[in-house]
Amino acid sequence: MKICVTAIKPSLEAPVDPHFGRCNYFLMVDPVTMDFKYINNRHVSASGGAGVQAAQETIGEGIDVLITGSVGPNAYSLLSSENVTIKSFCSGSVREAIEAYRSGSLENIDAANSPGKHGL
Amino acid sequence: MKIAVASGKGGTGKTTVAVNLAIALGSAQILDCDVEEPNCNLFLGYDLEKQEDVEIMVPELDSGKCTLCGRCADLCQYNAIAKLPRSIRLFPKLCHGCGGCTLICPEKAIIEKRRSIGLIEKGTNENCSIELFQGTLDIGEPMASPVIRQLQAHIDESTVAIIDSPPGTACSVIASVAGMDYCVLVTEPTPFGLNDLVLAVEVVRQMNIPFGVVINRNGLGDGRIEDYCRTESIPVLMRIPFDRDIAVLYSKGIPFVEAMPIWKENFRELYKHISKSVSYRGGV
Repeated sequence: MKICVTAIKPSLEAPVDPHFGRCNYFLMVDPVTMDFKYINNRHVSASGGAGVQAAQETIGEGIDVLITGSVGPNAYSLLSSENVTIKSFCSGSVREAIEAYRSGSLENIDAANSPGKHGL
Repeated sequence: MKIAVASGKGGTGKTTVAVNLAIALGSAQILDCDVEEPNCNLFLGYDLEKQEDVEIMVPELDSGKCTLCGRCADLCQYNAIAKLPRSIRLFPKLCHGCGGCTLICPEKAIIEKRRSIGLIEKGTNENCSIELFQGTLDIGEPMASPVIRQLQAHIDESTVAIIDSPPGTACSVIASVAGMDYCVLVTEPTPFGLNDLVLAVEVVRQMNIPFGVVINRNGLGDGRIEDYCRTESIPVLMRIPFDRDIAVLYSKGIPFVEAMPIWKENFRELYKHISKSVSYRGGV
């Protein structure tokens, strides 16, 4: 299983970044071993469509679960069409997010919860 | 002669200046390029007639031909195409209509289709001396520039065209101001007015368009706009006072030159000043 957590820095102790499309880093974490790899978000300051790129990139990594604070409408439609489970967590570290996920205490994000930005 | 009326800050009086200038000249075109909320007609009250739809080209995918090579998604600078493991997904509202994806697709699986994003309307007064062209962007559409560019195709070079620009300094303002002979920047003597004026000045300087400032609600706030213009050698073309009578006329949708003849003269003087600056530069 692969869990993507949005993070401010590429570390398990870093705070979770609350914005999916415009987070600093995507951490791909194996929740059993806590091994992870990270991807720099090259689209953090894109004028539009950052969420589309973030979804394309993380889906390409083969993630099963996304843990973040908010997801825009375009990213949500891509993630849900690929059956990625989206969980809400935005105050605490990446490690705490994974622990909360394992304990089953995270709520689902069942619809886009950020207005997103449709270009210029 | 093509004159854009712009501002950094919103609500400074662009429409007031554009409409009053047109009426004072007696014969002019007004192009309301603030297509997200066109409002010139509040002061003109014309019956508007639809001229045409504004359409942009957006991609459509023939998924039978698509091999998921992903070149279209890599190419798209506006992130309007996503390549997923088993499909390509298109986001028409992010598309800027450049057509690059149709060119790069090796399977010719992407074709372009027209999509309507707004409309152009026209109205005029009884003796047809002041013509209004108004663009309206459909609700929920993000891209104003194609509507503005199509609106500007209606400019009649033989008369004075006055462009009422949207506020700010983003794409829609660039589209409104590009190619104009002169730009009037309307501001107000407040900290916000100055902050946004400075940004607007940076834009018109970079576009190499001659410009001057109109200070609206003069008397409100302080002298910071005057100080800035003096330091930067920017001409202050007109000062419209912070005046109750003007505000009352505005609230009734009456252009104040119609009730205050002296202002007709003032706006004609403003136009003379603009003509001189433009001809001095070898323009119209």
